[in-house]
Amino acid sequence: MSIILSLLLLQAPYALPGEAAVDPYVADSRHAGAVPFTGDGMAKAFGGQDGIRRIVDRFVAINFADPVIGEIFANHDKVRLKRTLFEQFCFILNAGCTYSGRDMASAHKDLGVQKADMNRLVETLQRAMREEGISFQAQNRFLSKLAPMRHDVIEK
Amino acid sequence: MMTCFRPFLCIMLALAALSPQQGMARPIRNGGKLLLTNGISSLEGASGGGLTPWAVIAGNETSDGFGMSAHGTLVEVKDYDYQSAGVAIGIRDRIELSYTHQDFNTNEIGAALGLGKDFAFSQDIFGAKIRVAGDLVYDRLPAIAVGVQYKNNNQGAIVRAVGAKGDEGVDYYASVSKLFLARSILLSATARLTKANQMGLLGFGGGKQGNHTLQFEGSAAWQLSRRIAIGGEYRRKPDNLNIAREDDWFDAFAAVAISRNVTATIAYADLGSIATVKKQRGVFLQLQTAF
Repeated sequence: MSIILSLLLLQAPYALPGEAAVDPYVADSRHAGAVPFTGDGMAKAFGGQDGIRRIVDRFVAINFADPVIGEIFANHDKVRLKRTLFEQFCFILNAGCTYSGRDMASAHKDLGVQKADMNRLVETLQRAMREEGISFQAQNRFLSKLAPMRHDVIEK
Repeated sequence: MMTCFRPFLCIMLALAALSPQQGMARPIRNGGKLLLTNGISSLEGASGGGLTPWAVIAGNETSDGFGMSAHGTLVEVKDYDYQSAGVAIGIRDRIELSYTHQDFNTNEIGAALGLGKDFAFSQDIFGAKIRVAGDLVYDRLPAIAVGVQYKNNNQGAIVRAVGAKGDEGVDYYASVSKLFLARSILLSATARLTKANQMGLLGFGGGKQGNHTLQFEGSAAWQLSRRIAIGGEYRRKPDNLNIAREDDWFDAFAAVAISRNVTATIAYADLGSIATVKKQRGVFLQLQTAF
């Protein structure tokens, strides 16, 4: 019993209940791939953790249903993706989270993401942010943190 | 070695063959550029702002595909009308080849100049541009491109009569462009070596200066929304002809991505003195389609 419990605890940073198992890795907020904003301006602009959670849920839903990039997401653990994306966005927006997911290169390895897919992803994220009423200027400020990740995301 | 009867086709084939190995591993895929990041079509046909090229490549393709654009442009200033139309192709978001035809109607001024009412200057411009490094949106390094524009004026006798040394010329330019996402601001700067008088519509070289001179051009744009950008441009011009002073150009523009494939631009342009008549200010309109 105690062995199972300790195994569960050990596993906690990798996969939470309801998520598929993943290979072990060392969790570190630096894996979020960007230095967070300072101050609480961006967190407020995104409606705090509640707003960020709605954006992420919508973003993930749009991506899974998207005719262009939907198939890249098709075999992914939607529950885990929502959690780790929320943590990543929340961490970068300085809304009071740590990021426990994998680094961007590992998370996107062998997905075959092309530049057109990355641009499509920008558009689906813009749509999710727009629907939440985030100002265009704040959207672009956030995107400026994500843009340098392209090198780790796209297939070389 | 194949024989090249059609140089253009040969360039295309050679470029396809030269594509990097890693590029070959990914499937060909057209389209996929972010809205407005292909720029509009400048007067001389290069993708960029209206007056000056940017270090962007025509068409909606990424490095995995091929794209094209076509444009029609009208400029109505106080005493003159201008129209141009052209096409451009983009190869792997790396190389741009363009052709543009320009018509410049002198209306009543033609009669005053002794050319006849509604006399029109015209020229053809063939352009090539290569993005040598960087990226407009994603990389820290700005997009950097170099280009050439071969211009052939169709009124050789007339442009020589007004004092131009020749009826054809080549412009060489280098552009650096960057979209600063954190501020939603695009800045672009171009250095151009040119001997063209009013882009070449009044020929090349003149009594004051017969050789290429270095000119600077720039654009600043602020993206208001995914589909709308506003901004201003400046283009320094040479002043080669004895009989007609040539001024620097300015504009203030609004560009709207009406759809993924259509961009409309309206601008207020100040083109200064043209062919002896001062204060040529008016409106610039363009429709561009890109795939």
